[in-house]
Amino acid sequence: MSAVLVPSVRIQRQDFDVAAEIAALTQGRADIGAVVTFSGLCRDEQGALSALELEHYPGMAEAEIGRIATEAVQRWPLQGLTVIHRHGKIAPGHNIVLVVAASAHRQAAFEAANFLMDYLKSRAPFWKKEHRTDGSEGGWVEAKEADALAAGRWKSPSE
Amino acid sequence: MTTRLIYFAWVRERIGTSEEEVELPAGIETVADLLRWLQSRGEGYERALQYPDVIRVAINQEHVDHREKISGAREIALFPPMTGG
Repeated sequence: MSAVLVPSVRIQRQDFDVAAEIAALTQGRADIGAVVTFSGLCRDEQGALSALELEHYPGMAEAEIGRIATEAVQRWPLQGLTVIHRHGKIAPGHNIVLVVAASAHRQAAFEAANFLMDYLKSRAPFWKKEHRTDGSEGGWVEAKEADALAAGRWKSPSE
Repeated sequence: MTTRLIYFAWVRERIGTSEEEVELPAGIETVADLLRWLQSRGEGYERALQYPDVIRVAINQEHVDHREKISGAREIALFPPMTGG
């Protein structure tokens, strides 16, 4: 039996390189048939946003994403899993979050990446504050009920 | 025993500090008790915690609900619903 996969979880200020993260999971291996990546970017809808400032709970952010990632590797047959979440000020168009899930077949990789993002949205201790192009503070982004509902759909009936 | 309280996002801004060490009075057994007691500590706390149902809580860096017992907690964090990802 192969060893249980240990996911790579990083909380960092600096940007990440999506291609390099995929390569890190697949290099030198012939057993991976599917890699799904999800990148979340800072989005500006009305041209009024200069940046999102992401506050996080150091220690718990790593621990909580680690718990979610560990659940994912127990639920799906993954060959690799990387989760990176940035903090600090991030301008529109720049990366916030990355999930890379590698598996023998596509279904497990798709589902694990989807699960990771749904859980991360409602359970990872990060908070977004808006900074506006006119120099004012735009306030804290409000949590969406839809995100909590999306996480709920992964629960088994017994939970 | 002192307990470390940590605040994030608008909870931190309204209370006016990011963390503090407190001596919890007798009778504060659950997270809900703690939120009620904190509300009586001043205007900032009152504003931060006026809708306690909204407040999310972690004990020793793990999510808990408001019925959770807080005895033995080294670190209790209060924060709004999370908006990462």
